[in-house]
Amino acid sequence: MIIQGLVFYLFAALAIAGGVLVISAKNPVHSVLWLIVVFFNAAGLFLLQGAEFLAMVLVVVYVGAVAVLFLFVVMMLDINFVQLRQGFLHYLPSGALVGIVLLVELAVVLVGWAVSGEAPKSLAAPAPELAKMTNTEALGHILYTQYLYLFQASGVVLLIAMIGSILLTLRHRPGTRHQNISRQVDRHPKDTLEIRKVPSGGGI
Amino acid sequence: MSLAMSDLTLALPELFLAGAAMLLLMLGVFRKEDSARVVLVLALLVLTVTLVLAYGVTPKTGRATSFGGLFLVDDFTRFAKVLVLVATAFTLAISRTWMEKEEIARFEYPVLVLFATLGMLMMISANDLMALYLGLETQSLALYVMAAYHRDNARSTESGLKYFVLGALASGLLLYGASLVYGFVGATNFETIAKALASHHAPQGLIIGLAFLVAGLAFKVAAVPFHMWTPDVYEGAPTPVTAFFAIGPKIAAFALLVRVLTGPFGPMVEAWQQLVVFLAAASMIVGAFAAIGQTNIKRLMAYSSIGHAGYALVGLAVGNREGISGLLLYLAIYLAMNLGTFGIILAMRVKGRAVEGISDLAGLARTSPMMALMLAVFMFSMAGIPPLAGFFGKLYVFLAAVNAGHIILALIGVLSSAVAAYYYLRIVKVMYFDEPAEALDRPIGPTLAVVLAGSLVFIVFFFLVPSPLVGGAEHAASVLFH
Repeated sequence: MIIQGLVFYLFAALAIAGGVLVISAKNPVHSVLWLIVVFFNAAGLFLLQGAEFLAMVLVVVYVGAVAVLFLFVVMMLDINFVQLRQGFLHYLPSGALVGIVLLVELAVVLVGWAVSGEAPKSLAAPAPELAKMTNTEALGHILYTQYLYLFQASGVVLLIAMIGSILLTLRHRPGTRHQNISRQVDRHPKDTLEIRKVPSGGGI
Repeated sequence: MSLAMSDLTLALPELFLAGAAMLLLMLGVFRKEDSARVVLVLALLVLTVTLVLAYGVTPKTGRATSFGGLFLVDDFTRFAKVLVLVATAFTLAISRTWMEKEEIARFEYPVLVLFATLGMLMMISANDLMALYLGLETQSLALYVMAAYHRDNARSTESGLKYFVLGALASGLLLYGASLVYGFVGATNFETIAKALASHHAPQGLIIGLAFLVAGLAFKVAAVPFHMWTPDVYEGAPTPVTAFFAIGPKIAAFALLVRVLTGPFGPMVEAWQQLVVFLAAASMIVGAFAAIGQTNIKRLMAYSSIGHAGYALVGLAVGNREGISGLLLYLAIYLAMNLGTFGIILAMRVKGRAVEGISDLAGLARTSPMMALMLAVFMFSMAGIPPLAGFFGKLYVFLAAVNAGHIILALIGVLSSAVAAYYYLRIVKVMYFDEPAEALDRPIGPTLAVVLAGSLVFIVFFFLVPSPLVGGAEHAASVLFH
């Protein structure tokens, strides 16, 4: 138990420290790298809670895709972050005020949280016994049986997004030199190469 | 829980439509020349088959759910699906000539229409907040792309972007409302929500969630004050797309709004009734007054559709069987009137160039009397002049309002239709009494002529045999209040 508690505090402290460094780092590339540290620690926290699937997805999706995308954007766009941050101290009081208001609101919501009495009974998908199956299995059961219709519908939405982006942006430019791989592979030496014996001193 | 065969049969129209749309997408990609025309003709065929399927799928008990209660089929969904499919098929059919003349005919257009229709059918059959949202996104995403379809035209891309940004905002509101509802009830299924609300007093947070849900859906039916996008999008989008926007998606969104408010939130009728009364009154007034100064006919039709949304909402505000059946009848008649009017707008070309000013119609009675007569009939019908169909649409809705004691709402409706009559009749005046402008191109093409004649016959002779449609609407509305 003690070890678990210690590990929790280790991950939590590192996550918070990483978060502070994300917003205080001078170099935006460093900020993104610190963000990755935060993601890893958050994944560790999930792992402690027994949500191994969420932990893995967080690493795969957020570190593997989102953070890398951020890194690309930060490197490609030449934004002067020092200039952006010039008014930081100036806006600090008003920003802090907004933060405090949000915090109080959150507290009020948490204190006054009321769910109708029926709610626990009418839950669409009650959490399965975690001892019986893994997270991934439980999620799969919900996603591919109970919510099959929604899963397929999301697929259609993504397909439409793909058609839309191709329709609106793809332009066929005439005169571009496309590489036709099957033609290249099909090419045979005897179609293009001709070997001739050149008699010495004779020429062709 | 396993997937039974009956689950799939209930969703047969949707499954067929989705599969066919993907096949047509493939066909369009791999067919080199004339792919646009072939795909369009096949898409019309697909829509017809889907219509037959949607009409034919009848659950034995009159009402059945599938996919674990996410998907619902009853006589209300059948009625709405038939309306949507008829609207989509006709608007797609009349789009062909215009797209070809503007040289923007591409095979993606019919495919997107099919996917948008799939989204509409999913919206109509939704029986769960999540299914509602996904249906809505399937439809909206296709519509955003269609608005920007003419991508080399600045106005078209602007309208697409505007629609996308505002639509995303509306989706956000809707999702926020849905999350509040889920938070307070603990369920997203419509029946479970209705059951929970019937046995408990609704907490404050739930009412806020309901208000956000209604706001998101009001955006989709373009009801005031969530109508800002309509004039710009209708004006900027290519005309066939505008015709499509004005009819099918609106009917689907209305069906969804009716389902959500009478189904899961049926027990909270006092809470949402005042919202809908406000939406209806504001839409009728804004639709009537803002249209007066318009010079572009597509913009005029946008305000007109806002006004019509207001009249249809009167039926929902009444909130009983009579009101909903009036709303359904109104939508059916609205379909015919708009189809006819947009048919004429699509035929407005001068020297091969599409025009859309009201002044371009000047003296149409002399240059092409038949077209002028048709448009005059459509305008009279929109203004609600008896014995044309538009009059009966308004009559049933207002009658329901008066019977339920919403006298003021009915009064606002009658007064605003009097104001709206001004701008409809102004078009008639421009056509019949102004000096002729340049004559419109002839001929207009067989498809357009057939669709125009069909809607004309429907509007003029509706009063002779109203019973099939009125009976159908009444029956469809009655299943909501069992």
